[in-house]
Amino acid sequence: MTVQAKPVYRRLNVLKFELTKLRHRPDVLLSLLFLIVFSFLVIVPLLQILKGSLTYQQSDLRMVRGSVQGQLTAYHYLRVFTGRLAQSLFFKPFWHSLIVGFGVTFLAMTLGSLFAWVIVRTDIPFKPLFSVLMVTPYMMPSWVIALAWLTVFKNERIAGAQGMFTAMTGVSAPDWLSYGVVPIIICLGLHYYAYSFLLVSGALWTVNSELEEAAAIAGLNKRKILRKITFPIVIPALGSAFVLTFTRSMGTFGTPALLGLPVRFFTIPTQIYASINTRNNGDGYVLALVLVALAGVAIYINSRVIGKRRSFVTMQGKGFTSKPTRLGVWRYGIVSLMFLFIFIAIVLPVVILAWSTLMRIPGDYSLSNLTLHYWIGKSNFLMASGEEGIFRNPGIWSGAWNSIRLGVFAAVINGVLGLLIGYTVVRNRGSKLANSLEVMSFAPYVFPGIAMGAIYLGMFAKPFGPIPALYGTFALLVLIVVVKNMPFSSRSGISAMLQIDPSLEESARLQGASWLKRFRKIIFPLAATGFISGMLLTFITAMRELSLVILLVTPATRVLTTIIFAYQDQDQIQHANGVTLILLFIIIIANILVSRFYGTKSLFGLRNT
Amino acid sequence: MLVFFREALLSNIVLKGISKSFSGSPAVRSLNLEIEESQFVTLLGPSGCGKTTTLRLIAGLEDPDAGEIFIGGKLIFSREKGVFIPPEKRQLGLIFQSYALWPHMTVYKNISLGLEEQKLPKEEIERRVTTVLEKVQLTPYRDRYPSELSGGQQQRVAIARMIASEPDIFLMDEPLSNLDAMLRVDMRAELKRLHYELGATTVYVTHDQVEALTLSDKIAVMMDGELRQFGSPREIYHYPTDLFVARFVGSPRINTIPGALARQEGKLLFRSAFFEKALQRTFDFEGRDVIATIRPEDIAFSTTPQSGWLEMQVYSVLPAGSETIITVRKDDLPLTIKAPGFADVEMNDHIWIDFDIARMNFYHPQTENLIPAA
Ligand SMILES: Nc1ncnc2c1ncn2[C@@H]1O[C@H](COP(=O)(O)OP(=O)(O)O)[C@@H](O)[C@H]1O
Ligand SMILES: [Mg+2]
Repeated sequence: MTVQAKPVYRRLNVLKFELTKLRHRPDVLLSLLFLIVFSFLVIVPLLQILKGSLTYQQSDLRMVRGSVQGQLTAYHYLRVFTGRLAQSLFFKPFWHSLIVGFGVTFLAMTLGSLFAWVIVRTDIPFKPLFSVLMVTPYMMPSWVIALAWLTVFKNERIAGAQGMFTAMTGVSAPDWLSYGVVPIIICLGLHYYAYSFLLVSGALWTVNSELEEAAAIAGLNKRKILRKITFPIVIPALGSAFVLTFTRSMGTFGTPALLGLPVRFFTIPTQIYASINTRNNGDGYVLALVLVALAGVAIYINSRVIGKRRSFVTMQGKGFTSKPTRLGVWRYGIVSLMFLFIFIAIVLPVVILAWSTLMRIPGDYSLSNLTLHYWIGKSNFLMASGEEGIFRNPGIWSGAWNSIRLGVFAAVINGVLGLLIGYTVVRNRGSKLANSLEVMSFAPYVFPGIAMGAIYLGMFAKPFGPIPALYGTFALLVLIVVVKNMPFSSRSGISAMLQIDPSLEESARLQGASWLKRFRKIIFPLAATGFISGMLLTFITAMRELSLVILLVTPATRVLTTIIFAYQDQDQIQHANGVTLILLFIIIIANILVSRFYGTKSLFGLRNT
Repeated sequence: MLVFFREALLSNIVLKGISKSFSGSPAVRSLNLEIEESQFVTLLGPSGCGKTTTLRLIAGLEDPDAGEIFIGGKLIFSREKGVFIPPEKRQLGLIFQSYALWPHMTVYKNISLGLEEQKLPKEEIERRVTTVLEKVQLTPYRDRYPSELSGGQQQRVAIARMIASEPDIFLMDEPLSNLDAMLRVDMRAELKRLHYELGATTVYVTHDQVEALTLSDKIAVMMDGELRQFGSPREIYHYPTDLFVARFVGSPRINTIPGALARQEGKLLFRSAFFEKALQRTFDFEGRDVIATIRPEDIAFSTTPQSGWLEMQVYSVLPAGSETIITVRKDDLPLTIKAPGFADVEMNDHIWIDFDIARMNFYHPQTENLIPAA
């Protein structure tokens, strides 16, 4: 009946078929487009770092006789790893980073797991309150505590006023207490414990007591239950918490900069900053590669050790029925300790920052020294080098506006892209497209923010391919923040999509709904909760981003964080702390707005980080 | 315009050589099936045999690796010819096993969404939703959300959603499997009535052979992705084309008796280890081993000796009110007998049985295919 078509025509027909199919799946097309653009934005920087580390840079020309810019060389590697300066360029910062990394991870995991256990598994009162308060420090920039620390423990090492500690006791704070490794570990630990807290409590919620009771009935004793049932479920969460905390604290910039630089205590990120600031870009690139490699190794180990088990545990509050452990007489002691912790980690830093902005002369703690000048004062050259009060300061207003814009743009773009990626990955599970999307969108995770900033600075200073020179534009800030946030937004997109049964969309499809319509009427409403909390988190992350943008801002595009850093650098403590409070204020307002509209869940958008 | 077009459209379904594999393992193997306009056709088979996949292939939710699909004489899928009509244009209604109601929409919205897609005027939508809600007796529930309904009500919303958009073809994937037993029986009657009233071509997936027998015009029995038999319930029940179909359809399970066809004194006989029986039909299979089948209700029994009947000992008795299932044994051969009402037999009684020889079928012992009468 049918005449077999010639092979050529048949192949053409199959192609026509595939194209017809594609026409009804815009998500595949959009994802392909995204993949191409995004690979460009991720792979090119990596190649640029590699290339930069392997060639002579302009600044090297005067150092190395006969060198030609762009010529291939191992010069930077030799300089960083074996040269005369290797100790101060690499080994010391690396050692410091390791100490900070392990110290913070240890402190954060101990605190986080303890709190998680206490809140999930014991009979303490105020559980809901605690579970909200415990994640609050995570919403603040990690260096807020560092700023407060400096305000208290600053000593005469740096010019300017002494800290509260000295003012009150008359004793000069010792260096080890004021700067360097001890305060860095403490300040970061008080911030990053939130990861362990969220992940471990998520895992603990899922170990419902039925499992444990079943085990008890089967004759396992308490210790065996812990080892055979509880531990295996909590281990992946601990593994993820370890990797997350360790890589983040190794790569973080703000706190080591504030607390380390005054005493020339360098970690790798601050050394990268110093190298690039002194135009030794090549060295900075080599160091950046070290961080990239470390992050890669950590992720690899995590996926190996934890294997196929989901490394990012989600908190599914499925009927918490566990019989809480009775704390007995300890109950009140432990509750008091938790309140004390919250006081130290949240309330105290904010109070200290607020107080310090009200002091005419830093270090004078008498009531007569209080002033609102730093908030509302006109320019006065006797105070704050003539900086206007925060509320009248056009630079700060425009910084706040820029920060909010940056946060909103990033939240919307990341949210939409994350949802699209989630959709494509989940609907095409196992396909090449899905796998490459998943890997590629996670890739920026390995970039230290400061190094990524440096690369984008170089890449977009002049027109790059079809892209015009973006340096100095606000768009560049949005771009880099969006790229850096993709790992998180694609993950939350994927987990949101996994919750939606495909048949819900398919039945709409059979009812004649086009892709766009299905997305709008079915997918989006069902994914909305996760979408909104993901956006809120992106907003917060973008608002408090420092290392990523610090090299890219120009006076016109300054954001609150870089303004804070600049004030701090110029020892204008009141302004630095005041602007930090404004930043916190905006973040809190955003949180309240979102939870007003979408119930109290918004805070728990943090759970999948 | 649209209405005219749709009425002109026939809605028979033709599958030609349809194959589908999932990462190398075949789920449907070169399936040929013709479903006529307005027929109620059931895909029947054990779980995992490819029924759902077949249904999804018809709907367009999966793409065959090879083969062609026609609806109403129109080619809607052919990879080789570069033809693909997407599901949203195929004018089909599908009821998923999970119902797939949209949890964020009320019953009303669930039903009206598809109608809005058809760009119907507001009053028409209102009218149609009201009509179908009445039809499925859910009028008081129009503003409820799916989570506020019972399983049976959700099921009826799914039906209402499907019939509201008046598709040419209904596809249903085990729609009754999530209901409790009583409700399931009631819903069978509802579905049959629905098909009678609307006359839409229906493809119905189930693993429940009673459902298939009670509902269908035709049954397609599938196994391992292959179509084993396609015929009316009567054909499927009385003349299964192979032993798999014979065993899968009917409850209790059909009896199988190994033996041989032999001619003796001019008469054709079925001869087993302990009895022989003259046949009225002739087969081109004389002198060879066969496997005979007989349905439990085609075995008569008596508690008193009858001449020419076989004596057997009762192994167990299972009275179920309307019928009694008696199993008997002789040597290694178990037989199941179905008797109406309560039968007066006890365990270990001796009874005498006889086979309705016209109902006995014979199968090839190796290929397990039906041996047709000559
Ligand atoms: N999306 C899929 N991915 C991989 N395998 C599938 C998929 N859908 C079905 N299968 C496989 O195809 C076979 C037939 O499945 P299905 O059509 O669902 O069977 P049935 O509905 O008859 O129970 C099964 O072995 C099943 O595991
Ligand atoms: Mg199925």
